[in-house]
Amino acid sequence: MSLQMVDFLNIMFLSFLIVIAIAVSYVRDLLYAAILLGAYSVTMALIWLLMSAPDLAITEAAAGIGMTTLMIAVISKTGREEE
Amino acid sequence: MTDFVLKRIVALLLPFVQMFGMYVIFHGHLSPGGSFSGGIITGLGLIAFSLVFGLDRGTEKITDRMTTLIESFGALWYGAMGLVGVLRGSAFLMNKGSGVPLGEPGKLYSGGLIILITLGVGLKVGSTMVTLFTALMEEEG
Repeated sequence: MSLQMVDFLNIMFLSFLIVIAIAVSYVRDLLYAAILLGAYSVTMALIWLLMSAPDLAITEAAAGIGMTTLMIAVISKTGREEE
Repeated sequence: MTDFVLKRIVALLLPFVQMFGMYVIFHGHLSPGGSFSGGIITGLGLIAFSLVFGLDRGTEKITDRMTTLIESFGALWYGAMGLVGVLRGSAFLMNKGSGVPLGEPGKLYSGGLIILITLGVGLKVGSTMVTLFTALMEEEG
């Protein structure tokens, strides 16, 4: 069985997703957590695109950007440290 | 934030962002995207305006009452479009079966009532994003 370019991309993005999901549980700074949420949603949008679901990709990208913006706006009000 | 470059860039970009959001909403049945993503893009343009120009000027342009009215209008519009099928003697939200002209396949008007329904949902999602932002950002008391 020969690996194609798409398989390499799939493996790369999925392992990146796992790394982000593990990293977000170790981060104590809320701003870093919000940035990791943005990275997660961008990676997820690329994976949807590889699975030929552009409809979900555009929704994931738009919703991820919106939620990240809201989180960072709130963090700028409340402070970065977790209680 | 009082940065000159930020303000000019947002002022230049805002009409195009709104237009792209409307494009995504109206072409939801032909191309990727739809009412949800288009509504979020439209709301994000307004959020960028309030972020850069300050929340006071943002709520001056789009007041709380306006977002409430637009949000309720979106939901009522969806219900009214559903009642078109009932009034023509068939089921709720019935599109082709109730005799609505469907238009040409591949053109913008090709889904009957779908384009009007997605307009309502897009308005509701966009105004909900703005409401969330102002509710989270406004000062206490």
